[in-house]
Amino acid sequence: MRSIKRVIPPAALGVAAALLLSGCLGSSDSGGTDQDANRNADAKKVELVIGANSVKGGKNSAGATFTSDVLIPKFVEAQKAKGVDVTVRFEGDGSDDEVYKQKLALSLSNKAGPDLMNIDGIWVGEFAQAGYVKPLTDTVGDAAKVDDWDGWKQIPESVQQLGSFEGKRYGVPAGTDGRVLYFNKKLFAQAGLPADWQPKSWDDIIAAGQKLKQLPGVTPIQINGGTAMGEATSMQGVLPLLVGTGATVNTDGKWLGNTAQLRQVLDFYRQIYSGGLGDPVLQREAKGRDKSFAEFAANKIGILAEGDYFWRSVVEPKEGVAKMADRDAAVGYALIPAIKPGAGVKGQDFVSMSGGGVVAINPNTKFPQQAWELLQFMNSAEMVEAGLNGAAKITQRTDVNAKVLAGDPMLNFVATKVLPLTQYRPGLAEYPKISAALQQATADVIGGKSTADAAKAYQTAVESAAGGKDKVTSN
Amino acid sequence: MAGTSEPVPGRPARVRGPAQDVAGLGVGRALGFVAPALLLIGAFLVFPAVWTIYIGITNYRLTGVEAVSPSIIGLENYTKALNDALFHNALWLTLLFVLGSAIIGQNILGFALAWTMRKARPAVRRTVEGLVLLAWILPSTVVAYLWIAFFDRDTGTLNSILGQQGTAWLIEYPMVCLVLFNTWRGTAFSMMLYSSALQAVPPSQLESARMVGASGWQTLRDVVFPHIRGHVLTNTLLISLWTANDFSPFLLTKGGPNHESETVPVYIYNVALQGGELGYSSAISFLLLIANLLVALLYLRLLRRRS
Repeated sequence: MRSIKRVIPPAALGVAAALLLSGCLGSSDSGGTDQDANRNADAKKVELVIGANSVKGGKNSAGATFTSDVLIPKFVEAQKAKGVDVTVRFEGDGSDDEVYKQKLALSLSNKAGPDLMNIDGIWVGEFAQAGYVKPLTDTVGDAAKVDDWDGWKQIPESVQQLGSFEGKRYGVPAGTDGRVLYFNKKLFAQAGLPADWQPKSWDDIIAAGQKLKQLPGVTPIQINGGTAMGEATSMQGVLPLLVGTGATVNTDGKWLGNTAQLRQVLDFYRQIYSGGLGDPVLQREAKGRDKSFAEFAANKIGILAEGDYFWRSVVEPKEGVAKMADRDAAVGYALIPAIKPGAGVKGQDFVSMSGGGVVAINPNTKFPQQAWELLQFMNSAEMVEAGLNGAAKITQRTDVNAKVLAGDPMLNFVATKVLPLTQYRPGLAEYPKISAALQQATADVIGGKSTADAAKAYQTAVESAAGGKDKVTSN
Repeated sequence: MAGTSEPVPGRPARVRGPAQDVAGLGVGRALGFVAPALLLIGAFLVFPAVWTIYIGITNYRLTGVEAVSPSIIGLENYTKALNDALFHNALWLTLLFVLGSAIIGQNILGFALAWTMRKARPAVRRTVEGLVLLAWILPSTVVAYLWIAFFDRDTGTLNSILGQQGTAWLIEYPMVCLVLFNTWRGTAFSMMLYSSALQAVPPSQLESARMVGASGWQTLRDVVFPHIRGHVLTNTLLISLWTANDFSPFLLTKGGPNHESETVPVYIYNVALQGGELGYSSAISFLLLIANLLVALLYLRLLRRRS
């Protein structure tokens, strides 16, 4: 009894203190909007930091190399001519996207973080709501200055959407991408499959998988699943499959719940991962996606769904993280089919999903005007083209794309065949939570749960994430 | 006590009584002495704890609207935790983890090492102690890397030793791996504590036990254990609290696959940073704090009963 009495005073003190603190949380944000957008506009000594999830010799190595070795020196030189002494530092990271996002969000919530930051377009909504990024016109202060930038004319509307939220521009998109099915032509030849393979339905994929299964030591199909791969599961797995059933994750303001289409997608996962066509363990490993890259490069995976990132930065013969010296000859690519011809979204036979990065300005930068200058410089035709360094990539700028894509058949294929079919994720703040629920549903199926049970659990998760039953479709 | 019953000369006014103020500092100076320590404890222990309680009653998030303007939602986070199957899962796994790796694993292995090494040659003893200590003092990241390499499916050491391929130990038996890992990792502390505790056992009693023909087990139970019971309790308390709050499982499995090794600290991290739910994770942190206090109280009570 005595011990309880002794606990009461400190407990009471704690509760009192907690009550005193109420209202302190989050309210510090208002400082951001009051800042003068023209602060330090005439400074002669300027320091800027560019943050990105790329690192020399590791993740997105080429991007990091270009930023540190070409972009920054050129910008410094150009500013020197104007009599401004600029120091720009590249703050690279080489972690999983989710980890990079956490780190950035934590920095931004403490008013720190790089002045210019590369973020995934799909984070714009939740970052904007949290005040971590502000509309460019607010940060730069002058709407005309932002809107009159001639670069906007070169960026297609659909790509600009990547950096927008509720009709306002928060950053400049850094290009877009598309998703395809990659396949190993060497394994296909051994299994008696054609080198110009193009499945017309999900059954065609399964049939090819059955043939590849005959080869010893080969995993026939890799469709990202599970929670360990994070957004890669959604972008390369669930979402392209889902649009292949004719559904999208958000239709007319309602989130997809436990519907027949969702169950079809989960059933496809079940077919692959409990039918010996895929490697369920890989989907559960902490480094599963990296391992899938290495296995594909080592001719151990037959079919793999990925974005064009895979072609450019993973199996790329010189700088890729899982180099394939014979990439051009050995790696084939095909459009992702709908569940059956004509059953895809908008009645399409083939489908894809697209996303892309955005460069945004930190609202708490000391030098908003100079940051905007750097952002424009970064997205000038000259720099965008230089950034490719002879390689091809679907950039944000139409003028640059017209020049470079012709040189790379794969990226030309994505630009001309995939992008017209593609879908973008909804730029809504709830999306990441819905996406996490989709990933969990695939994890459940791969872990052995029945499709019906996984879909039921998904429905519950979506209702809580969307904020009510009425915001979710189900049937 | 009797010798110092007279007031200290020179400061009669400040001294309230000899028993309370042996050093003769007076209340003001005594407070001055402890103030720095109290300030530090206040700033780095009490304040964060109170702050955690406060965040725990809000819907504060890492991103989104609730990051700017969180609102007080009272005990909603706590009721949510009570109905959260994943939290129950995390509690159960933590219990298994503590029971397997601390209460059973580290305790028994630590004692066994201390008991057998007692009579070993000094060279052998130092080598063994050195190796066990090494496991304890290496940085977690280094150790985690070594264990991942050990358990890896494709080129892991364990699979090579067993001469087989393809068993993904960390995926198929995540909790067993974590229990083994943590037993290996933390045994040094128990070993050292028991080594010094065993020195408190009078050799004459051990000798007598042998003279009357007591078996090894009887000697342990009737001669050694009564002497070290306090140490056993202290050790068990410390290592179970450390293990319950240990974050290194995250380095090996990230709580995966599919939450199968998500102990409470890992769950808190995943909820807070992967899910961005800072409010909810603070509420769970507070529950973990209370669980820690309860365990500590239980052990203290046991200790008191002994004396």
